[in-house]
Amino acid sequence: MSDLHTVNKSPFEKPSLDTCLRLSKPGSSILLYEDGVYAAITGTTATDKVASALADKKVYVLEPDFKARGLKAERLIEGVEMVDYAGFVDLVDACGKVQAWL
Amino acid sequence: MKFAIQVNEGPYQHQASDSAYHFTKAALEKGHECFRVFFYHDGVLNGTRLTTPPQDDRNVVNNWVELAEKYDLDLVVCVAAAQRRGIVDEGEAQRNGKDATNIAPRFRISGLGQLVEAAIQCDKLVVFGD
Repeated sequence: MSDLHTVNKSPFEKPSLDTCLRLSKPGSSILLYEDGVYAAITGTTATDKVASALADKKVYVLEPDFKARGLKAERLIEGVEMVDYAGFVDLVDACGKVQAWL
Repeated sequence: MKFAIQVNEGPYQHQASDSAYHFTKAALEKGHECFRVFFYHDGVLNGTRLTTPPQDDRNVVNNWVELAEKYDLDLVVCVAAAQRRGIVDEGEAQRNGKDATNIAPRFRISGLGQLVEAAIQCDKLVVFGD
């Protein structure tokens, strides 16, 4: 069963996302929440990394955290899926292990 | 599914405690079980009943207490982290000669073994921190 990786750091603050993308296996899921949601928008230096990760991984973003930071759905990278807390729970339920990249 | 939750940050300094609370609440509302919430490092500061946030702000400590009352949650504070940060129950006050206690209702102080046990007993351990 594939694992769920959670990233709660902005890609402009810490290398958590880079580490996660480098070490997570193809087929795994990545949830961006808290400041990690900044990685889910277009037009940044992190956009290409996330967009190319979508080739063999699933990427999700936590909607309440995305909206709390004033980000608009129009700027969401195509292929990144929005989930709420119930969706977060479902992701954990469906995955193998949960790896938090704190 | 049986979850266990680890919280490594205090309230108001970092979002971790809020995220952990919302996740735990959503899991319980979906009918999942929460074996234990373990508060570690600065996370132990979620367990003081003496906090008084402004009335128009969320009360993180009370949120945990109310959730624990509704779902009979086991909220465990790490003893070594609690001693360093002044989170005190009756037993700790007696043992360490303190003149007061501040542990919030529904919280209890115990050891790291409780985290290990939670990790063994649960299906998934979810960690929230900085």
